[in-house]
Amino acid sequence: MFPVVSNEEIAPQLHRMVIAAPRIARARKPGQFVIVRATAGAERIPLTIADYDSDAGTITLIIQCVGVATQRICAVPAGGELRDVAGPLGQPTEIEDWGRVVCVGGGAGTAVLFPLAKALAEAGNDLTTIIGGRTDEYVILKDELSAISTRVLITTEDGSLGERGFVTLPLKRILDDPAQKPAAVYAVGPVPMMKAIAELTRPYAVKTIVSLNPIMVDGTGMCGGCRVTVGGEVKFACVDGPEFDGHEVDFDELSERQKMYQELDEHGCRLDKQVADLAAAEKKD
Amino acid sequence: MAEQRAGTATGDGLSAKERMKIDRVRMPEQDATARSGNFAEVNQGLDEERARLEAQRCLRCKNPPCVNGCPVSVRIPEFVSAIADGDFQRAAEVMRVDNALPATTGRVCPQEVQCEGSCLRGKKGDPVAIGWLERFIADWAAEHMPPESPPQTCTGFHVAVVGSGPGGLTAAGELARMGHKVHIYEALHDTGGVLRYGIPEFRLPKAIVDREVENLRNLGVEVECDVVVGRTLTVDQIAVDYDAVFVANGAGLPMFLGVPGENLKGVYSANEYLTRVNLMGAWKGETDGTPIARGETVVVFGGGNVAMDSVRTARRLGAEHAICAYRRTRAEMPARVEEIHHAEEEGIEFHFLVAPLEILGDDHRWVRGVKLQKMELGEPDASGRRRPVPIEGSEYVQECDIVVVALGTVANPLLTEATPELQLNKWKNIVVDDRQATTMEGVFAGGDIVRGGATVILAMGDGKTAAHSIDEYLRDKTPKGPPTC
Repeated sequence: MFPVVSNEEIAPQLHRMVIAAPRIARARKPGQFVIVRATAGAERIPLTIADYDSDAGTITLIIQCVGVATQRICAVPAGGELRDVAGPLGQPTEIEDWGRVVCVGGGAGTAVLFPLAKALAEAGNDLTTIIGGRTDEYVILKDELSAISTRVLITTEDGSLGERGFVTLPLKRILDDPAQKPAAVYAVGPVPMMKAIAELTRPYAVKTIVSLNPIMVDGTGMCGGCRVTVGGEVKFACVDGPEFDGHEVDFDELSERQKMYQELDEHGCRLDKQVADLAAAEKKD
Repeated sequence: MAEQRAGTATGDGLSAKERMKIDRVRMPEQDATARSGNFAEVNQGLDEERARLEAQRCLRCKNPPCVNGCPVSVRIPEFVSAIADGDFQRAAEVMRVDNALPATTGRVCPQEVQCEGSCLRGKKGDPVAIGWLERFIADWAAEHMPPESPPQTCTGFHVAVVGSGPGGLTAAGELARMGHKVHIYEALHDTGGVLRYGIPEFRLPKAIVDREVENLRNLGVEVECDVVVGRTLTVDQIAVDYDAVFVANGAGLPMFLGVPGENLKGVYSANEYLTRVNLMGAWKGETDGTPIARGETVVVFGGGNVAMDSVRTARRLGAEHAICAYRRTRAEMPARVEEIHHAEEEGIEFHFLVAPLEILGDDHRWVRGVKLQKMELGEPDASGRRRPVPIEGSEYVQECDIVVVALGTVANPLLTEATPELQLNKWKNIVVDDRQATTMEGVFAGGDIVRGGATVILAMGDGKTAAHSIDEYLRDKTPKGPPTC
């Protein structure tokens, strides 16, 4: 059992939870994740370790409550317990002093980006951070990222905070300006965002690292459900990743695979409807 | 007729001739049609009468070949004759000394190539049903004997076991009985390793795994889940606190076919398919649990036990056509004979001598079929089995909704990559000597992380050997910490 130290909603359906897990707090490195289950019988959910305090023996997770299992995790209040927290899993980020780096976070992906940005800043990089969100409510970790970045740029789709539009807008300006052009870009967010960023940086030949979140079961390499195609080769995100060269990732395949169970539900509903229609038709006869 | 004879015979009074006249017992099974729609155990177990009669078939050989056929050298004639005498308690006591998990091995061992494969009676007719007798006595003991109590001795040594699969559980039991304090680290959220995530409920009920683990707890063994050794803790860190370590962290990463279309939606590794169903309980179909894709037609590639488990699981999940596609013939299938037999009874369809060329997808990137090529058997290969050779122009498409790939695994790197002192072979499996000792002082290893893909009983054999080697290794040492028992 893993005690929940605190639990707050930092954006709509987005929770920040501090969890007592001393061994994981000691062992974790930036870019790694844990597998969490709130209760017995629940799905195993991979979550990036957003922050840690090895003295206090805690890790911080930022969780988007979108499905049953994540909702159950978010419903555990401070003082409660999570049944399972296993990790740290995945390869740590390769932190280098690139000189100038741009970090881009979209929505909940900003939480995954935070530990990388922090490590990059600690390694001496000149850090520009771009945070994107649907509206101002979805722009998270603004203060935390401001504290470690040379500058922070914000975009929202409705213009309620920062520049109106997508994160690619300021990124393109930076890439076009020789005085600002970074040596590397780290991007974490929804698949379409990471794909757009990889396509944007490709012609500039700027190294682009993305963090992938495919469907996973065990998180230890055993199931292969998280396989992604990178540079024409099959990789397991849980043991080979989750970070990969964005210019090599097959994002279309990843995006399709992520939709598998969602589509299954829809398909199931369609079948149920067909069966009901048939039954109704038979009754009429 | 048979029951009558059992009632009148007393074990030792029979002549060899009389024993030879008794036919092999039949295992009561759940009806094939009924069981194709549920996950309850197929084999129902022998009753006392049937078990005694079967035990009387044993010829009590002076040099019993069955014992040599057993990887953990269970004293088979001893426990079998105790059953024949109706002294089930004695049979259980013999078993308990030799085999830590008899309820499991009685159900999942490939007896036909081990004990029963060596049985003299098999030379002419059917061998003694040693596996079923083992299962009988294990289940009898669970029901009638008090749980084992912790040992009276306390050596003061602490031993860490990595992994709670068959190798780890066996080693833990042996070590605890010797008076060592054992702590098991398990990476998943539940115990049992392959016994829980791999082998389905209909072949090995999870209540049995729970019972085996509970038995270890009675012996004073501590079990801790959610600790991924190599990540949460390293072997070096563990070695600081423990006097010895046994590494049995199991099988690894699933292999895939390497054909186009393998990443389509609806394609699973057997590991993922079985883990979702067994460990995560997807078969229960609970709306808030782990999902599994079901389909009308499921094609499983492979011919081993894992392939059989997968295709029979698919059938139980509602597949009208659950197809096993294998590149050789029935005779070369590495699966247990009983599993193949049960699969056939359950209406599993077999496509022999076929190899996959491609997995075909629809417009939404879901599987819609597999393109297969027919094969014929050529010259024997390195394994001694005749090598399948493709027949040109024989390609055909089998439509399907789900594909499961059961081709085996390669070594899991999580622990070994973090432990450079451990010498590995070219397959990245840990190198050990005949005592299961690794190249790292005080660290022993066994099971699939050493052998690659092997069986439950071989992992158990490693666990048993390692426990004795650890005991010997500790003899001239002083415990690192204060005794806790």
